[in-house]
Amino acid sequence: MASLRTTSRLFAARPMFRPATFARSYATVDTNSSEQPKMKTFKIYRWNPDQPSEKPQMQSYDLDLNKTGPMMLDALIRIKNELDPTLTFRRSCREGICGSCAMNIDGVNTLACLCRIPTETSQESRIYPLPHTYVVKDLVPDLTHFYKQYKSIKPYLQRDTPSPDGLEYRQSPEDRKKLDGLYECILCACCSTSCPSYWWNSEEYLGPAILLQSYRWLADSRDEKTAERKQALDNSMSVYRCHTILNCTRTCPKGLNPGRAIAEVKKMLAT
Amino acid sequence: MFSQKVAQQSLRRLAVQQPAAMRWSMMRASPVAVALGKNVQTRPVTSSPNTEDPTQILAKQRLNRPVAPHLAIYKPQIGWVASSLHRITGVALSGSLYLWATAYLVSPALGWHLESASMVAAFGALPLVAKVLLKATMALPFTFHCMNGVRHLMWDLGRGLTNPTIIKSGWTVVGLSVASALTLAFI
Repeated sequence: MASLRTTSRLFAARPMFRPATFARSYATVDTNSSEQPKMKTFKIYRWNPDQPSEKPQMQSYDLDLNKTGPMMLDALIRIKNELDPTLTFRRSCREGICGSCAMNIDGVNTLACLCRIPTETSQESRIYPLPHTYVVKDLVPDLTHFYKQYKSIKPYLQRDTPSPDGLEYRQSPEDRKKLDGLYECILCACCSTSCPSYWWNSEEYLGPAILLQSYRWLADSRDEKTAERKQALDNSMSVYRCHTILNCTRTCPKGLNPGRAIAEVKKMLAT
Repeated sequence: MFSQKVAQQSLRRLAVQQPAAMRWSMMRASPVAVALGKNVQTRPVTSSPNTEDPTQILAKQRLNRPVAPHLAIYKPQIGWVASSLHRITGVALSGSLYLWATAYLVSPALGWHLESASMVAAFGALPLVAKVLLKATMALPFTFHCMNGVRHLMWDLGRGLTNPTIIKSGWTVVGLSVASALTLAFI
C-alpha cells in the first residue's frame, strides 16, 4: 500500500490534478425568485478552544428554508459554507450510517443528517453538542472515554474450539435472528449521552450503547466466553446504574432498543 | 486516455515489485524540475510527527473543555420526567415515613401529642379546603409512585419496552394516579 501511495503522490504533487478550491456540495432546492423567503433562525452552541477563558455561547444564524435542503445537516453545511466558516461539526455520510453528526437538536439527541428541519419558521431551532460530553469545539464532543468503554467489553467473537467443518462458524437462522436490532448499532453515542445515569456516572457505568453491544455478544450463539462476559458485567456499576429511564430507546436515530437490550442483560445476569 | 492508463499501470507495477525505486530520494529529479524548484518534496506542518505524549495533550486540553449542557436543555419527555418524579416521590415518601416514625418514637419523651386521637381531632378542626389540599398532596406522590412502580416491575420482566408502549403507559400512570389521588382527597 505504501508504494501505491507514492505513485498517487506523483500525480497529486501537480496542482493541475487538484482544483485549488474544493467546493463541498450540499442539497439545495431550486426555487423561483418570486417565492417569499422562509427565514428560520438556528441557534447554535459555540465554544472555541483557542479562547478557553470565554464562556460557551449560543450564536444565531438565519437561513432561507426555500434555499436549504430538508435536513438539519444541510442547514449546518450551508451555514458553514455561506455564513460562518468557523462553525465546527463532524459529518460524513449524510445518510445515517456513519454516526458522525450526532448532536442535540431541539432538545433531543439525533443525527443531523436524519433530522428534518421543522418547517415552523416562527420557532427557532437550537443545536447543542451531545449532552454532558466534553466539548472539543462547537458541536464536536470528545468521545474518547466512550470508545474506551467499547473496547473494554471486547466487542469481537471469542471462542476456543475450531469450527466443525474447519471453514466457518455456523449459526441457525433462529440464532442469527437474535442479533437483529443489535448489529445495526452505529455507535453514534446518541443514546448514551441522552441517559441521565450516564451523565452522572459515565466513569464507571457503561451506558446504553455499550451495553447493547455487550448484549450483542452475549446473545451470539457462536461466542464461547459468555460466562466471562457476564462476570465482567456483574458489579454494581457496569449495568445496574441503569434505572430504566429509557431515554435511550426514545432517542435512538436508528430505531434500535438499547433499553430492551439492557433488560435482557439484567435477566441474563439474574439467572 | 489509454496511454495514460498504461503509464499508470506500469508505474504501479514498478512500485509493487521494487518499492525502493519509487522513493523520492531514489528517483533522480529531471533538470527541469530542479530549475523550477520542484525536486524537493514538501511536507505540510500538520503531518509532522508530534513527539509529545498524546495522553498528556488530551489531559491538558481537557482541563479547559466545557461540559456540554444536559439536563437544562434536554426536551421534557414523559419517560425521563416520570422517572425523575418516581425517584423524587420515593425519597419524599420514605423520608416523611422515617421522620414521622422517629417523631412518634420520641414524642412521649418530649411531650408531643402524636397519638391517633389527637391527630384526628387536629385534622377535623381544619377547614374543608385545607383538608382536601392536604390529603391531595399526601395522596398524589403515593399513587404515582405505586403505579409507576408497577410500570418499572413490568420493565424488569422485559415487557412493554417499545417506544409507543413506554409513552402510552407513562401517560396512563399519570392519568390514573391523578384520578385516584383526587378520589382519595375527596373521600
